[in-house]
Amino acid sequence: MTKDPAITPELVAQHGITPEEYENILKILGREPNYTELGIFSVMWSEHCSYKNTKPLLKQFPTRSKKILVGAGEENAGIIDIGDNLAIAFKMESHNHPSAVEPFQGAATGVGGIIRDIFTMGARPICAMNSLRFGNLSSPEVQRLFRGVVGGIAHYGNCFGIPTIAGEVCFDDSYEGNPLVNAFCLGVLRHEQIARGAAKGIGNPVFYVGPATGRDGLAGAAFASQDLTEASAEQQRGAVQVGDPFMEKLVMEACLELLAAKDAVAGIQDMGAAGLTCSTCETAARAGTGIEIELSKVPQRATGMTPYEIMLSESQERMLIIVNKGHEAEVQRIFDKWDLPWSEIGVVTDTGHMVVKNHGQVVANIPAAKIANDSPVYHRDSKEPAYMQGVRAYRVDSLSDTTSPAKDLEMLLQTPTIASKNWVYRQYDHMVRDGSVVCPGSDAAVVRIKGDSLPTLPEGAAESVPAGIEKFIALSVDGNGVYVYLDPYEGSKTVVAECARNLACSGATPLGSTDNLNFGNPHNPELFFQLKESVRGLAEACAAFNAPVTGGNVSLYNQNPMGAIDPTPTLALVGLIEKKEHITTQWFKDEGDVIILLGDAVDSADPNLGLGGSAYLMAKHDVKNGLPPRCDLKKEKAVQDLTLECIRSGWIKSAHDCSEGGLAVCLAESCFSKNLALNTTVFKGAKIDLSGVKSLRLDALLFGETQSRIVVSTSADHAEQVLAKARAGSVTATVIGKVTGCCKAATLDITTATASTLSWSIPALHSLWWNALAQIMD
Amino acid sequence: MNFSVLQFPGSNCDQDCVHVLKNVLGHNARLLWHKDTSLGDTDAVIVPGGFSYGDYLRTGAIARYSNIMAAVKQFADRGGLVLGICNGFQILCEAGLLPGALIRNKGITFRCEFVWLRTGNPDTPFTCKAPEGTLLRIPIAHGEGCYFADAETLKQMEANGQILWRYCDRHGNTTPESNPNGSLLNIAGICNAQKNVAGLMPHPERASEEILSGHDGRILLESMVQFLENRKRS
Repeated sequence: MTKDPAITPELVAQHGITPEEYENILKILGREPNYTELGIFSVMWSEHCSYKNTKPLLKQFPTRSKKILVGAGEENAGIIDIGDNLAIAFKMESHNHPSAVEPFQGAATGVGGIIRDIFTMGARPICAMNSLRFGNLSSPEVQRLFRGVVGGIAHYGNCFGIPTIAGEVCFDDSYEGNPLVNAFCLGVLRHEQIARGAAKGIGNPVFYVGPATGRDGLAGAAFASQDLTEASAEQQRGAVQVGDPFMEKLVMEACLELLAAKDAVAGIQDMGAAGLTCSTCETAARAGTGIEIELSKVPQRATGMTPYEIMLSESQERMLIIVNKGHEAEVQRIFDKWDLPWSEIGVVTDTGHMVVKNHGQVVANIPAAKIANDSPVYHRDSKEPAYMQGVRAYRVDSLSDTTSPAKDLEMLLQTPTIASKNWVYRQYDHMVRDGSVVCPGSDAAVVRIKGDSLPTLPEGAAESVPAGIEKFIALSVDGNGVYVYLDPYEGSKTVVAECARNLACSGATPLGSTDNLNFGNPHNPELFFQLKESVRGLAEACAAFNAPVTGGNVSLYNQNPMGAIDPTPTLALVGLIEKKEHITTQWFKDEGDVIILLGDAVDSADPNLGLGGSAYLMAKHDVKNGLPPRCDLKKEKAVQDLTLECIRSGWIKSAHDCSEGGLAVCLAESCFSKNLALNTTVFKGAKIDLSGVKSLRLDALLFGETQSRIVVSTSADHAEQVLAKARAGSVTATVIGKVTGCCKAATLDITTATASTLSWSIPALHSLWWNALAQIMD
Repeated sequence: MNFSVLQFPGSNCDQDCVHVLKNVLGHNARLLWHKDTSLGDTDAVIVPGGFSYGDYLRTGAIARYSNIMAAVKQFADRGGLVLGICNGFQILCEAGLLPGALIRNKGITFRCEFVWLRTGNPDTPFTCKAPEGTLLRIPIAHGEGCYFADAETLKQMEANGQILWRYCDRHGNTTPESNPNGSLLNIAGICNAQKNVAGLMPHPERASEEILSGHDGRILLESMVQFLENRKRS
């Protein structure tokens, strides 16, 4: 065996540990750490595991409600009560750095990791989503990354058997070389099935289950907490793990089966970031116990692995299970049934220490609670970025109004960020598990929870949920890096608002949220300012929409050699639809239906009239500037509440939110987003009259992104009721047109006060929108 | 009726099949573990979709050697009804219970979407509730669903009425554009010469409830039930 290197200041620095942090380690241990211990501190105190740069900020998030059964930070994922003794567990996590280095495996293992977080809680995973960012899609390298990431997500999710039911993809130069891959998973369980990641019960045996440990993914958590440079990407290729979804499927089935074995499991935790290290420290810390493991008993794939390597490996699909003494045979029976490796590697102790032995010799001895909970906390300096002054001063007046609105819409519908993502979701199995009620392509996805979605009950246990139960959960994930770059606080509020609006359009009330903060290097005060202001905005908006944050992930150091990415908080919102009849989609339904715009057509008090940071400004004028549209949370809430009330009254046939590309894109999508089958889109036309709307600019009216707007359609009988309800709620509501004839001859006609009537062929627009990504990628 | 749904390591549509057979159609349905050696009291066997054995080596190539498949073969030889869906279709081809093979989609990538199918021979246990030409809207979800067989086999299958479902457009025309994976003759599903074993790439169990955007898949499962009821009566 090779001898461990001596601890030098250089070695300490290489592990990303500062001199002050090292002093703290000396104090905790009362001595100098050895090499293995240094490695353990390095991963446990990385940003990825410790949130040392963001903890003080994250405290602002609303994290409580009557429905929250397991809150943020308590466990691997939060859990929310959805009634009838049912609960959901969900979380989002990033895998940005690995995906930059090896897109396919990086994205695949991102999916694998988040699925494990969910079944670790005792829940059966029932659907997945993702939020992706890439550079300019015209670059072959970006295409390679995009293809790889989508392929990796598809590979893992499809084989595992989870529907990838929603997501979003945006393209912007700032993500060149540093793509973002945020993966979300949701699972379902009965209240009494919640499992805990705590090493409870002194003397209880500790089991390792799942495939053997190899050298892959060594210290991935530490890797994710550094700036990404070209050199680091090359060096760190070995830090990317390799995923095996088939193995994960077996491990999940076996774990759920074991959890259903009465009284067998005392605690369970996945080995994700920082592998064996994190799972042992955290479980012991949560229970206030100690844990002792013997590394020679850990199944190993490579020969001659050192304790350092075994403790820091991030080999995938592994779990740590603390079994109640006397139930060891259950583990053996179930894991043998699934032909999975298992090994009893240790025991829960009363020492409060994590003791790691190798062939009987102690190689690490650390107080578990101290390393898990006493990680450093930094209050970083922040300074408003210099560019913000220019942003505030920018006025859209410097650009002339459009003279080619017809072409503009065609162009916008083909921009990769707005274009249909069928090239992406067609590669994901989005229907497995028989729960996909609203598939990708509408504002929010809707998934059905049914009795057999749930994890198995212990043998002989009485069913605790009503027979034939059905619940409908809506999900959406959103982010707008450009808005947040231009105004971190206001832009971040908009991220939440838009996500909540998507949910409202589907007929759902928010239950809770999970966020992923993708930002640059926190040591740079200007970048830290973005983070700080963004969290303030997110927290305020999450509170406004009653969407407490149940957990999430922070990914800092997202930069390429050219600079930092646009600050990109992504937010996933989960909501409950009360009744099946309330499930609403974005496409127009029937000829003659009345189209109503809820909210102000243009925010005339916004100096940029909703064009600041808009897709239109970037696509047409190549300008990423100007304050983004304002987000008045009160107004937004009123529009969403109105939409929901009208949906619940049975008046609304379709609802679609106005976001990127503005009203014109929203209307076009409402005309053509219902896809029946391969090459079988249902087309509707629309005759729109905006001549009554006062707007200083045509481009602002058609493509401006003024917030708090929803386009709904209703039968002629109910239009007046919707308008009356809007008046009562002080929401502007304007009849803007009618749904017209279907099929091949369908057109979108828009009359405005300033231009002659615009008319587009719906099938032609659809073809541009539907095929844009495939044309680049195939 | 008593349906047995096989469960291999990596099966992931097994629970969906049980759900539809039991909760939607009201029959008995149970899972049979791949290590089992007997089918027990079974009227029909469903080999469900998924990634049995991780699709390692070749789709379906390992599953065919499992204990339960020996029992399925005997059951089929005695005239028992066997339906393979997606990965189940691949397994039945590998096991020699159905002719031909399924290879990588022509477009390389995995495809998940609703497609149109035109029903062929109505004179089989799997199509008896669908007059010839009936259009079905059922989703696919596969990476290796391109049906392949040699010319002689295809000719025999056509002559013998073994091609049960073909990809088509919404008007029933079997065009190249409506073929999502490059299958020869737009073949989506077939049966054996004895017509008691069938396989198809589309997932009828995902299209058996209105809430999941369609119930055309029920016609297929209900055909099996009708056939079994008639057989029991006679």
